[in-house]
Amino acid sequence: MTRPTWQPNPYTRREFMRSGLLLASAAASIPAFLSSSASAMHAALGGLTSAPGVPDDHILVVVQLSGGNDGLNTVVPFGMPEYYKARPGIAIPESAALKLSKADGVGLHPQLTGLKDLYDDGLASIIQGVGYPNPNRSHFKSMDIWHTADTTATGNGWLGRYFDAECCGFGKGESGTATLAGGPPAGPGDTAAGPPGIAIGRTAPLAMDGSSIKPVSFESAELFRWSGLDIHENLRSPYDGLNRRGAPGPMTSLTEPGTPRPDSNASFLLRTALDAQVSSDLIRKAVAQRPLSAFPGTELGRQLQMVSCMIRAGLKTRVYYVTHGSFDTHAGQGGAQGRHGNLLNQLGDSLKAFYADLKAQGNDARVLTMSFSEFGRRVGQNASNGTDHGTAAPMFLVGPMVRPGVIGQHPSLRDLDDGDLKHTLDFRSVYAGLLEGWMKADSKVILEGSYRPLPVVKKA
Amino acid sequence: MRLQPEPVADPADDDLSPSLKPLPRAAFGAAQARHLLWRAGFGATEAQIATIAEWGPERSVDHLLGFAEIPYEDDAAGAFDKDIMHPPTEEDRRLYAQARRSQNEDVLAQARAERQRREQADRKQVVDLQRWWLRRMIETPRPLEEKLTLFWHGHFATNYRVIEDSWHVYQQNRLFRRNASGSFATLLAGIIRDPAMIAYLDNNDSRKGMPNENLARELMELFSLGVGNYREGDIKEGARALTGYTFKDDDFEFNRRNHDAGGKTILGRKGNLDGEGFVAAILARRACAAFITRKLYAYFVADIPMDERGREPADPAQKAVLKRLASTLYLGRYEIRPVLRALFLSEHFYEPRVMGEQIKSPVQLVVGAVRSLGTPVRDLSILNDALDLMGQRLFHPPSVKGWDGGRSWINTSTLFVRQNIAAFLLTGKKPQGYDTTEDSPYDPLPLLIPAGTPGSPDALIDAALRVTLGRTPPGARDQLWKFIEARGGAIDRGAAVGALLLATAMPEYQLC
Repeated sequence: MTRPTWQPNPYTRREFMRSGLLLASAAASIPAFLSSSASAMHAALGGLTSAPGVPDDHILVVVQLSGGNDGLNTVVPFGMPEYYKARPGIAIPESAALKLSKADGVGLHPQLTGLKDLYDDGLASIIQGVGYPNPNRSHFKSMDIWHTADTTATGNGWLGRYFDAECCGFGKGESGTATLAGGPPAGPGDTAAGPPGIAIGRTAPLAMDGSSIKPVSFESAELFRWSGLDIHENLRSPYDGLNRRGAPGPMTSLTEPGTPRPDSNASFLLRTALDAQVSSDLIRKAVAQRPLSAFPGTELGRQLQMVSCMIRAGLKTRVYYVTHGSFDTHAGQGGAQGRHGNLLNQLGDSLKAFYADLKAQGNDARVLTMSFSEFGRRVGQNASNGTDHGTAAPMFLVGPMVRPGVIGQHPSLRDLDDGDLKHTLDFRSVYAGLLEGWMKADSKVILEGSYRPLPVVKKA
Repeated sequence: MRLQPEPVADPADDDLSPSLKPLPRAAFGAAQARHLLWRAGFGATEAQIATIAEWGPERSVDHLLGFAEIPYEDDAAGAFDKDIMHPPTEEDRRLYAQARRSQNEDVLAQARAERQRREQADRKQVVDLQRWWLRRMIETPRPLEEKLTLFWHGHFATNYRVIEDSWHVYQQNRLFRRNASGSFATLLAGIIRDPAMIAYLDNNDSRKGMPNENLARELMELFSLGVGNYREGDIKEGARALTGYTFKDDDFEFNRRNHDAGGKTILGRKGNLDGEGFVAAILARRACAAFITRKLYAYFVADIPMDERGREPADPAQKAVLKRLASTLYLGRYEIRPVLRALFLSEHFYEPRVMGEQIKSPVQLVVGAVRSLGTPVRDLSILNDALDLMGQRLFHPPSVKGWDGGRSWINTSTLFVRQNIAAFLLTGKKPQGYDTTEDSPYDPLPLLIPAGTPGSPDALIDAALRVTLGRTPPGARDQLWKFIEARGGAIDRGAAVGALLLATAMPEYQLC
């Protein structure tokens, strides 16, 4: 309803040479945003867009396990007899669990071989017992809680707030935010670099929804373009002409009838349309590349392959979001084999392939991957050889920068909360750790509260 | 709804009469008619625009506002099931309590399965409701009614995901439609008795001694007064006034035992105020009229940039108009029609910076495309799905603040969805992954080149831009020319469809 004022900043198109880090095929003319400030000029030349001292090259990949992943069969507490008593039908035998070095009494589900390999290479952290007070067992509500980092599940997403506050420079962003200190707004998502957040899927998760920065989402690169291009070739060139007009700049004569004012919605749309074409080209070229190593042909594998390609193509996107599931195993969950095991197998294999590809690119040190689920599941199995909605569960962090090993305390299987695990670590501490330690952002501002950051990155 | 005390006119209002000066009849042409139809509705065909232009502003506005006179059946009667979600019966309750005590897993598993089945059926029904409403918006001869219903839905925002009862959501939708252009006072009094709202804002268990403040807070902050026009104390006292306001099955229920009937002071008003007393106290405040006026203005007219302090509109003309309209609303006991009438007839409404400057909501885009271009509906599921992809899933606003609207609708991926849904309507071509069956062929040639008139590339291009954008932005004609030329200049169905595809893919098509 209200739109804060800002100085109108028209931009023009201009060809420029891209630095080696960015998309190789600079043959297509790629517009840049010209403005009067040095930092925007730097951005136009393919440099960094945010405040000095903030590492632009750190990427966070979030893998959401939807449906409520059964933590107890994922990180198996074979050292606790209560586990076997509670799950006569589906518990993982000690002999089957994948043993972890530097960990006593817990092992991984036998189908998590991919993750075990990463762990053995020192590339994985297993964080135990993550949850929050007064746990909610509704899929929607609990997922919203994880997305907003707020136990009342209201407000924007935590990553959205990160984008708003830090990612692209405070206040910079097309969607109507005022600029601080009179600086120029960057283009929507800063085209030359790609949008700050990309989600693979139909719609972007609440987690990425900010006030001014909105995430981009698409299921496949083919859907991130105009379908008219498939209708007839004759439409292609006129379409390009219409959507690459861009908005009026300082050189454009405003006396030409119909020229929109630079601060008008029409100009905003012209800029966004141009941005969309360039982003679409960038992303489609990126994902059309063959990956350097093989990815499993599963849905998660496909998503992580796309992410890996986009990273390799040099997009400046900070956060990628993928989803895997459904983990809502109320019936017939299976133990070492079965539904749950298959999902975990896909998870492990996809993560392993992802990091193999990143390493081949030389980008592995830049990418930290985090997995989470909206809740774990109850300790006792139910009558259908499955498990019902529960509470605390483990999270995984993957990457060469993480503190390798099993971190945190496994929840007690004796001191339960009406059959549910009591969490030993608040998830917002993990978020705070990622924000402070990896994204170099102010977690108190972004999480709208003070949570002790879990150290997530190993000391240099 | 009696306001106590009687609203008093503010002498300062008279100084503002120029700001709502009506548009002279002679200044109301095709462009103005088009603008009115796109704002007070979901757009229109050329023939409808011509009719409205001929009628002139007064007759047109009265026709659009007087939609109650236009017959249109509520075809939903009986189409929806009110009993999918219902509270457990006494017998069920006894059965499950016993099963829990005796740990009878079979019975418990059965109960769970039954609940899951009902929830699934209810989720399916809410999708049916979305499709029903979308169809209604497309077909109605009373477009302003639906546009206002949508406005109230975004204003008194509740999300099905929390409510989990599609019949309650349907009831709420009917509440909004019944009072769409009626009295805001009636709506505010109605919303505190609405089961969907009560559930959404946790008022169902709010009781004396343990009041839940959620409804009281949002009632003032988001639904009537706005931040800064009430105090924390008003929230606490308001929450007490709303204790006992709950529902049983599908009906509002006043639980006297749970109601805190003690003395309260809310917004300066003292007494043993109940929910209705709370609402009356709110309505007595001019800030309420100002707040609602601003929301209506932002929805129908334009964004309102605020001044540096963020308290007043930055633009003096907007400020004057808003002040005048707020007065009209307040003195008219919150009747919406007089406010909209004054607005739609005003010169201000037809200013160049208002016309063609509003970013269409996803609903506006989809419904508008069908209504103005006469495309077949093709597949309500796909259209409904597209609304979700574009960020406006009916009955699921992202928060109690509703939809932000404006530029927040637009990012690089929603822009492609917008282009592609128009392409789907024009050609039946679905995005990858769907079957490409062209079920209802659409031939826009007669629309663009009326029978008997000479067809030429110029005529086709002019018509294509006119029916979609209502104007010709710089650079547009050249590109459409290129397309016609590439087909050897043929003026046929392919040319017509292609021209519309290009026009609806233009960034300007997102404006109305």
